Amino acid sequence: MSHPATDPDKIIGTTPDNALRNADRADARADGPVLAADGTPLKRSLARALRAQKLRALALIAPLLIFVLVSFIAPIGDMLFRSVENQIVKDTLPRTVVALRDYDAASTELPRDEVFEAAYYDIFYAAERKIHTRLGSRLNYEMSGASSLFRKSGRGLDDVGELYQDQFEALNEGWDEAGPWVEIMADPEWVTEQAAWDAAPEGRMPRFELREGIAEILPRTSEAYETFARFTQVEEGDSPLEEEPWSAVHTALYQDLSATDLSGYSGPRADMLQAADALVESDGFETVAFRDAFAEVDEDWVEPEIWQTIKMYSPAYTSGYFLNSIDMQKTADGPALRDADERIYGLLFWRTLFMSLVITFSCILLGYPIAYLLSNLPSGKANLLMILVLLPFWTSLLVRTSAWKVMLQQQGVINDVLVWLGMVSDDGRLVMINNQFGTIVAMTHILLPFMILPMFSVMSTIPVSYTRAAKSLGATNWTAFWRVYFPQSVPGIGAGSILVFILSIGYYITPEIVGGTSGIFISNRIAYHISSSLNWGLAAALGSILLVVVLILYWAYDRIVGIDNVKLGG
Amino acid sequence: MPDSSHNDAFVEFERVQKSYDGVQLVVKDLNLTMPKGEFLTMLGPSGSGKTTCLMMLAGFETATHGDIRLDGRPINNIPPHKRGIGMVFQNYALFPHMTIAENLSFPLEVRKIGKSDREAKVRRALDMVEMGDFGGRRPAQLSGGQQQRIALARALVFEPELVLMDEPLGALDKQLREKMQFEITHLAHRLGITVVYVTHDQTEALTMSDRVAVFDDGRIQQLAPPDELYEAPQNSFVAQFIGENNTLEGTVREIGGNRCLVELDDGELIDALPVNVSKPGERTRVSIRPERVEFDKSRLQEGVHTLKAEVLEFIYMGDIFRTRLSVAGNDDFVIKTRNAPDQVRLEPGAQIEIGWLPEDCRALDAG
Repeated sequence: MSHPATDPDKIIGTTPDNALRNADRADARADGPVLAADGTPLKRSLARALRAQKLRALALIAPLLIFVLVSFIAPIGDMLFRSVENQIVKDTLPRTVVALRDYDAASTELPRDEVFEAAYYDIFYAAERKIHTRLGSRLNYEMSGASSLFRKSGRGLDDVGELYQDQFEALNEGWDEAGPWVEIMADPEWVTEQAAWDAAPEGRMPRFELREGIAEILPRTSEAYETFARFTQVEEGDSPLEEEPWSAVHTALYQDLSATDLSGYSGPRADMLQAADALVESDGFETVAFRDAFAEVDEDWVEPEIWQTIKMYSPAYTSGYFLNSIDMQKTADGPALRDADERIYGLLFWRTLFMSLVITFSCILLGYPIAYLLSNLPSGKANLLMILVLLPFWTSLLVRTSAWKVMLQQQGVINDVLVWLGMVSDDGRLVMINNQFGTIVAMTHILLPFMILPMFSVMSTIPVSYTRAAKSLGATNWTAFWRVYFPQSVPGIGAGSILVFILSIGYYITPEIVGGTSGIFISNRIAYHISSSLNWGLAAALGSILLVVVLILYWAYDRIVGIDNVKLGG
Repeated sequence: MPDSSHNDAFVEFERVQKSYDGVQLVVKDLNLTMPKGEFLTMLGPSGSGKTTCLMMLAGFETATHGDIRLDGRPINNIPPHKRGIGMVFQNYALFPHMTIAENLSFPLEVRKIGKSDREAKVRRALDMVEMGDFGGRRPAQLSGGQQQRIALARALVFEPELVLMDEPLGALDKQLREKMQFEITHLAHRLGITVVYVTHDQTEALTMSDRVAVFDDGRIQQLAPPDELYEAPQNSFVAQFIGENNTLEGTVREIGGNRCLVELDDGELIDALPVNVSKPGERTRVSIRPERVEFDKSRLQEGVHTLKAEVLEFIYMGDIFRTRLSVAGNDDFVIKTRNAPDQVRLEPGAQIEIGWLPEDCRALDAG
């Protein structure tokens, strides 16, 4: 409850803000503004007088403000962004995504051959850049097996290019050398510059340029070679003049040669190209369809599922992580619930909320009498007791949690004592750890001071005369407590409860150690996705949901109890 | 004047002692009887034991020894809520989470009084303190004086026969305090209730009470009606504590009947009324009220001793003049004179002679 005299909006009298407000009112009332002694409007000179104060206040909080922005607001923003971000598919498989544009994810058909062609080049380039496995892990979250599929394909699809490469090479050794390729594909001016750079590497390498007109004659080969040359320059820092091209370039050459007639070609190495063209047209030339090549690598490529998955996750932003967080998944027909045996997050969220509530109530039940005692003792004894309350704060969290493990386990102290007392049989030792009970006990113990301290500071401001007055008016001890003392201590309970509940809803270390499988919280799952499964998007989505849940509860609390009724002291 | 014979005693302390730590006695051997309908004030400096006595009567402290009786019944073992004593606290102790009407209704609710009865009584109590329109407000919305009235109404609403007040006016400003003093006394007399009132403000004690018990050092130093207390203090503590007082130290030279001769420390002789002295040679402290000192020789009795005095300071205070003198080595000797048209204004530096009626000058213990 905010005290009227300290509530800024209720202070009556001369405060700077009130003075400004009064000046406003005076403006509205009078014909002209009230003037200060030197003739400037009073409002302006007051604002000027206050400016230094305000700047000083701002300067004082600036370090913290910057720290919070950098270390708190920015990471939270990043986390919220990660929970929907999905650029990786589009960036890794750009051609495939375009080719899949008119593919219906709901169909059980395989996509067109063009899609397989695009996928071949995309995966080949991704494998060269060694990023195909990353995409594999990403898609593995949505479709199990995707990870190994991509890993395999990175190597397996090399067979396609090598088939053509070997045949061209058998025809002419030049097809496996850097020189002839450069003559055919590269801009002569660039070749001169690059040669000069190779002789004396200085500054930036000249950017590779295609020879004029070659893109019209050999479109696929040009694209593949350009990709190769740029990659060689930028990623590897090597000169394309000395590197023999990827096998994918040979695949592209085969495609171009089989599609066009080169008899009219008169550029460099015309004989070589025309010979190759003739070879491709000949009956003995061995070819392989992209689709068959994919089937060769893994039969999964000729099942529609992988293509549906790629199609569904091709947009740059996805609701997939959030759907996963609430036990749903994207399907061709829109979001759908997962199978009952795959649902875990709903249960975890519910359990987290439920256990946090149980912990909060246990803390209230255990903490209230202590806080009451503390606030009614003479200060000397109260201080001693307060040290006992604070003692856990000075002990490592890990040590305290581990101590509970020692206490509660089946061969632990409590069970031993119970067996010794004959209250339980040796075979019937109680299971008190690695389950919900263990988590609740350990966390209640750890969070208890956070409940006691706000309750104590509120209770110590309640004068003893209230209870005395109630008793003198005829109330029994219980009525005096329940009708007079307790309502006044509610703000302390509120503050403690919010503190404990919000702390426990995001607690991680204690459930991890004593929670087993049935006593873990949603935060343990988040931590798992952050550090083990590396599915940061899902972790971010779970975290965002947790954040929203806390905000909603906070809002509900404010509506029901009123946040003004929360007091941490005084 | 209320009769204080044993049979009519409504409130009775008999040989009551109280110790908090088992080492020191806060209240030493307290004996007090109060008839029904009396307004008794416990007056004393802080730490004198007066509040402890009140708390023992209310039941919040237990007597270490002795009996406390209410209407003939020992109440030592009765818990506070069964004593039926109304109480007004220093900070009012109005329940902040309840409205004014709920505050007043509280003692009636816990007594299981029906709703319509409750409402009627609450309304009557609010009207009694002229706060009829404030039933729906919260205590924090009232001024100090208003809260004070409500606290009073709440202590009276369940019609207790005994009401205890623990410095109830301490937090009010001077004007409001004086107004409330009269209101409380009038209300108490009109309702015929018995009141035990604790204060450290002697004006409050004198103006409000039928009798005043002056506490010091865990004992009642004097229990008397206000006029007697002021005019005939029994010892030097009471004389010092009540009202303004001039003291002179000396030795008794002659004593006889209701006169004694005191030789002051600088050798001068004065006449005094022996109160706490019994034989010549005893050390004494004589006390004279400032308004009983006379410097106009024509108004003194023939043959009484006078003292030489030098005027040090003249202060104009409106209704009275206050003059500080140096008398027999005491530089803080004060006389007060009424501001009348013919009154003499003494000039600083003037040499005068002062005297008084021997019965106004009381020879008390040496303190």
